[in-house]
Amino acid sequence: MAAWLGWVIESNWTDPFLFAVYSIVKPVSGAAILVIMYGIISQGNFDSAMFPYIYLGNAFYIYVGAVMTGVSWAVVDDREHYKTLKYMYIAPIHIPLYLLGRGVARFITGSIAVFITLAAGILFLNVNINFAEVNWLLFFATLVIGVVMLAMLGLLLAGLTLMTVRHEGFIGEATAGALYIFSGAIFPLNVLPEWLRPIGYFMPTTYWLELLRRSLVGNVAAAFPTLANFSDLQILGVLTGLSLLFGTVSVYVFRWCDSIAREKGLIDRTTNY
Amino acid sequence: MSSPLAIETKDLGRIYKLRGSKKETRKELVALEGVNLTVERGELFGLLGPNGAGKTTLIKILTTLLSPTSGWARVAGADVNAEPESVRPRINMVSGGESSGYGLLTVRENLWMFSQFYGVPSKEANERIEALLEMVGMKDRIHTKSSDLSTGLRQKMNIVRGFLTEPEVLFLDEPTLGLDVGAMRDVRRFILEWLKADRERTLLLTTHYMMEADELCDRVAIINKGKVLACDKPSVLKQRLQKDALFEIEVSPLNGLTQQMMLDQPEVTKAAISETETGAKLSIGLVEESALARVINLFTQKDVKVMNLSKREPTLEDVFVDLVGRSMAEEESNESA
Ligand SMILES: Nc1ncnc2c1ncn2[C@@H]1O[C@H](COP(=O)(O)OP(=O)(O)O)[C@@H](O)[C@H]1O
Ligand SMILES: [Mg+2]
Repeated sequence: MAAWLGWVIESNWTDPFLFAVYSIVKPVSGAAILVIMYGIISQGNFDSAMFPYIYLGNAFYIYVGAVMTGVSWAVVDDREHYKTLKYMYIAPIHIPLYLLGRGVARFITGSIAVFITLAAGILFLNVNINFAEVNWLLFFATLVIGVVMLAMLGLLLAGLTLMTVRHEGFIGEATAGALYIFSGAIFPLNVLPEWLRPIGYFMPTTYWLELLRRSLVGNVAAAFPTLANFSDLQILGVLTGLSLLFGTVSVYVFRWCDSIAREKGLIDRTTNY
Repeated sequence: MSSPLAIETKDLGRIYKLRGSKKETRKELVALEGVNLTVERGELFGLLGPNGAGKTTLIKILTTLLSPTSGWARVAGADVNAEPESVRPRINMVSGGESSGYGLLTVRENLWMFSQFYGVPSKEANERIEALLEMVGMKDRIHTKSSDLSTGLRQKMNIVRGFLTEPEVLFLDEPTLGLDVGAMRDVRRFILEWLKADRERTLLLTTHYMMEADELCDRVAIINKGKVLACDKPSVLKQRLQKDALFEIEVSPLNGLTQQMMLDQPEVTKAAISETETGAKLSIGLVEESALARVINLFTQKDVKVMNLSKREPTLEDVFVDLVGRSMAEEESNESA
């Protein structure tokens, strides 16, 4: 139900063309810009293992912007734009489930963008994925765990968003931006100063992106030392553990934020109140 | 039916903490104080008060959107703060004067979606949607995207959303705010029809329109500055004032007649003069009706001619003035100053 609503809201923009532009062309062109930048900095060295590392990290990172930001953005959307959050809230539904449902739609559009980005990389940019060597089981298991994990992170942000009156949209975007830097999306963690690295090691997204790379292009990922000491299974274990930890924390944080919001009367509060 | 009472509040209070923009001192705003109300099942109960009286705050507490800072409230038999999950399936709420809804969904989709949250079977939901839209006179708009509706129609759609789930207790916060006269009449008629269809249905509405409270409600609570000042049937509230007989008299010319001259008559309790193009309109309260002769006598002495004379029934506005000492409009303009 909530997913259906999410789908309609996300997709029906008045104009299917605009929708396609926004949800697919934007991330794909983001990847294109990255490729050009890489080309300039590396002086056209697309054969280096660095290139697929960056390209894949960036491609899958689209899910972070879609799912995590999508779930938390639903709060802003319903409260500020549609003015329906309070009606959702008094309905006999489980609000966290509703918000996660809104994320499902973003997952679908995000998947299309990821797929196009990957296809473009393979067809035109020489991102070598040897399909015979891909560990599909690992890939899909990782993808599923990761998407659930991102949705739960989204819920955590949604809770914080619920509690804040101003700059709410900012929370989702800022977190997505920070994770981009700290999760080894476009550069290995050991590029960061030593004292910043623990942040990356604590983020489930770091292990998620690493595993996705390993499952698709095993040898390339192995060329980077950050997590080289860990086996696939160990990383999967860490990812699952951290996902469970963050998921549980999210549920409690959301509940807590929810009760604060009720105490302060923020559920139907709009920014320009 | 677990409890005969639809709504019950005990010493309910709400204080908002305000963060002063300049001074660090935190101000507190008492929005509700010591509210004790009971509403029985089947009642149409009105909360009447000027802007800022605390009506919306009370509704938000009763609909589980806001926690009280003191006291408690039960709705449909459950405590709103402790067991919101038990309250929510049994209630619904509509706020007037705002346009909510998913603009890209049609009227039917918007309404259908909400009905699903309440577990109304899909087929029944569609039947109800059609019937309710028919009742508010917008059935021809069922397939219109809600972003293409006028504000008035959006508000009607929103009202239908509240009734659609057949709540045991329905809260309407200023349902006719911002509607034109025709739509207002539609909505009021609709409310009454809906209640008539099932005697167990309870409706609490807030309004700052006196006539609305008077015409619609079984009982009315008059609320000002967060306190309930009186609560009874409109007729009983007005009877409190009925010991005075109220008269509206149009005279011409005024011929130097003053308010004081009229008040000097022993039986006159109230007198007001508002001048018109041709003369003046007098509004007079008398201890008893028979004292009217003496007032007319005064007019004759001053050579003031009576053009029109009518006895006026007291309104809830008079009740408010009697309780607060000022009219609701004065109370509001004072609030904003
Ligand atoms: N979220 C809030 N924070 C601070 N003050 C508020 C808030 N909501 C309402 N108020 C104040 O509480 C008082 C009562 O408001 P409200 O319940 O909206 O009155 P009404 O609905 O009768 O117009 C007003 O003085 C209003 O300014
Ligand atoms: Mg109000």
